[in-house]
Amino acid sequence: MDHLDKLEAEAIYIMRETVAECEKPVMLYSIGKDSSVMLHLALKAFYPEKPPFPFLHVNTTYKFKEMIAFRDRMAKEHGLEMLEYINEEGLSRGVNPFTSGAAYTDVMKTEALKKALKLYGFTAAFGGGRRDEEKSRAKERICSFRDENQAWNPKAQRPELWKLFNMRLHQGESVRIFPLSNWTEKDIWMYIQRENIEIVSLYFAAERPCVRRDGQIIMVDDDRMPIGEDETVENLKIRFRTLGCYPLTGGVESNATTLDEIVAETLASVDSERTSLIIDKDGGEASMEKRKREGYF
Amino acid sequence: MKELLKFITCGSVDDGKSTLIGHMLYDAKLLFTDQEQSLKLDSMVGSADGNIDYSLLLDGLMAEREQGITIDVAYRYFSTEKRSFIVADTPGHEEYTRNMAVGASFADLAVLLMDATKGVVVQTRRHLRICALMGIRHYVFAINKMDLVDYSEERYNEIKAQIEKEIEDMDIATAAIIPVSATEGDNINVKSDRTPWYDGEALLSILENVDVDRASEGEGFLLPVQRVCRPNRTFRGFEGEISMGSVRIGDELTSLPSGETAKVSGILLADKEVEEASIGNPVTISLDREIDVSRGCVLAKDVEVNLGREFLAQILWMDEVKLVRGRNYYLKLGTQTLPVVVSDIRYRIDVNTGEHLPADEIEKNALAVCEVSVGERILFAPFSKIRDLGSFILIDRVTNATAACGIVLKAERNKRNLSWQQVDIDRQMREESLGQKARTIWFTGLSGSGKSAIGNSLEKRLHSLGMHTMLLDGDNIRMGLNRDLSFSEADRAENIRRIAEVARLLNEAGIIVITTFISPLRTDRHNARTILGDSYNEVYVNTPLAICEERDVKGLYKRARAGEIEFFTGINSPYDVPRHADVVVETVNTSIEDNVDKIMKELKL
Repeated sequence: MDHLDKLEAEAIYIMRETVAECEKPVMLYSIGKDSSVMLHLALKAFYPEKPPFPFLHVNTTYKFKEMIAFRDRMAKEHGLEMLEYINEEGLSRGVNPFTSGAAYTDVMKTEALKKALKLYGFTAAFGGGRRDEEKSRAKERICSFRDENQAWNPKAQRPELWKLFNMRLHQGESVRIFPLSNWTEKDIWMYIQRENIEIVSLYFAAERPCVRRDGQIIMVDDDRMPIGEDETVENLKIRFRTLGCYPLTGGVESNATTLDEIVAETLASVDSERTSLIIDKDGGEASMEKRKREGYF
Repeated sequence: MKELLKFITCGSVDDGKSTLIGHMLYDAKLLFTDQEQSLKLDSMVGSADGNIDYSLLLDGLMAEREQGITIDVAYRYFSTEKRSFIVADTPGHEEYTRNMAVGASFADLAVLLMDATKGVVVQTRRHLRICALMGIRHYVFAINKMDLVDYSEERYNEIKAQIEKEIEDMDIATAAIIPVSATEGDNINVKSDRTPWYDGEALLSILENVDVDRASEGEGFLLPVQRVCRPNRTFRGFEGEISMGSVRIGDELTSLPSGETAKVSGILLADKEVEEASIGNPVTISLDREIDVSRGCVLAKDVEVNLGREFLAQILWMDEVKLVRGRNYYLKLGTQTLPVVVSDIRYRIDVNTGEHLPADEIEKNALAVCEVSVGERILFAPFSKIRDLGSFILIDRVTNATAACGIVLKAERNKRNLSWQQVDIDRQMREESLGQKARTIWFTGLSGSGKSAIGNSLEKRLHSLGMHTMLLDGDNIRMGLNRDLSFSEADRAENIRRIAEVARLLNEAGIIVITTFISPLRTDRHNARTILGDSYNEVYVNTPLAICEERDVKGLYKRARAGEIEFFTGINSPYDVPRHADVVVETVNTSIEDNVDKIMKELKL
């Protein structure tokens, strides 16, 4: 078994354990490449049975249009139960990615996710988080427990030994499960290439209308995006290495239009991927850890 | 295709673990640039001289930044041309032994750091002991801070001798001892000019080349079942990751604990149909017939697995709440979760000296040997034989915390354990657990010869000696199992055959069987001897027909003589006198008790 086989086996083992031990699991589906890998693994782990849990997409309403179309097509093609949750209360308060600052992520993602999990009563939620993404995640467990307020306490995490996951929960508690914990970004891309996994077209370079803002290239995906007086919308050949809300996701200029080209470009790349996800820049180094304590993935 | 190596680093506080790994990543240009930039930035904030502090690369959580020590396990990922690596950076601080155990349970290899100025210290022994407990068999000893001892060969040799003494009794597959300097970079990625006397390889080269493959370990096949896949009425498959050996379509597997067997009719390697799969593969196995298999069962072939309720284990206590004898926990072992009691604490192990110390309670971060009693029978194996059936965690039933991890040392015999061997519990195991040798004492003789009286007394005698027995006689066989049979010659043959088969099953169960049937025909007795093999012990009760007829306890002879009973042995049906009986007794001049003595003696009961 090579290293991808081992990582795949580990992820499948974790998914099967979760389904066997947890009452009401759900797979969080963000439509990005990690979610595509998670879906692919879930299809493999339970074959010929369909993944025995629903998928949940927390929609901020500012996702790229191509992402939503891709989500709906995947759900249909694989016969998945795809749930969508939108924090309507946040929307009605006018929370948006342009003027609300950090509150946007808090309300439309973190709070929305908590509300969705509570609404459906899910006790275990699969996420695609990886330890290589960021320093504080390097210490995240595969099973990450949340109290009834869905908060994460780094001091109260359970030790994980061998292949023995303790998934026992008290009333009101839930657990986030990260089957891709030990994968790196390179592994994800190499696996997508090896398994020929379909990913959203936004990962491939194409001419897209963009503005340059704070050193990032932001795609103008719809007319909700305010364009500053000093900004000009230009067509750039860009692609995305990571996907989120379009106003908060920076693209990179690229000519990579095939999977092989993307992988080649990624493997040669020296920027770690979160540079293009603006969320990290608020609050600096320890921002992810703060967010995690509050319940964000 | 790249291989994957998982390893851990351990050492005392200030031995320089984080620096060593940080330096290795940095030198090998394995860092992404923005991490490197933030490292430089962080480092300049933190240190006065502006030098790069490589350890900052591995330290993450806010709390530990403030304390200046690593408080948890951090996983780092890097790859070279040859391999992908996952390194668990584990703390050297004494309070956090449990985190080291976590890292060690995950790893194939341990890099143990030691300070060249100090040599083997108490912590080194502790770390070695924990690594060994968690099953690590490959070691790299990095003697760090060689720059502080002027790269002295003599000092290296002193410490090397200390290490060799520590590991001489351990089950180690490979061990390398390298002189390094984590801050200066000596012998980390390339061999250093400053240690020309060192003829081994640099650290990275060892990590790239060491062979930790477990595929060769263990024959046979073992699959702990995680889940049953049943998407429709036609498909039923058993999901799990192969723990040992390999499996092919057509192999006959035994489901434990039920003991039922079936042949493999399909193997899915994840979602692909394959002919064969082996250790580490995630599979879904289908069988050619419906047998009892669910989560917690194992599918096995030619593997020795214990089935029992008690085992001896070495544990590492990880919870704030102390372990005391008799407390209840949940045990998770393989894919089984069951309530257990830690029924006895045999002793505590001094993690530093290995000494066994008496103990009534076990505190956090302490090692102990305990007896674990499970509520119902559980499948397990010594950790040294089958990793996945020999490792477990104990879960606190109130807090759900993972209170301990442990490994099975051995089954506790002479208690309530049985043992599966070659996948079947064998007769010898059952006999051992009953403390006796099973056999069938087959009485033959005319009606009224005294078979039942002697057989009954013999059973009472054996029973009083604590033996497990079963008397098969006309009453419990003819009235039940064989009530469909007549006394025709064919049915009498069938009668004897069934009795012999029942006796065989009881013998298999370890029971001593006594049968008291006329069994008049030599061919039938021969048949019984064939069925029972060496267990068949024939006792001929040689009472003359005239005496039997005179006794006529049940008045049967009279009725036979009157023509009321067809096929009555000795009257209108033949009796073949045994030629090779193991014991012959006569009842005219000998008492029942004396005959029992004689049988006991001659059959060495």
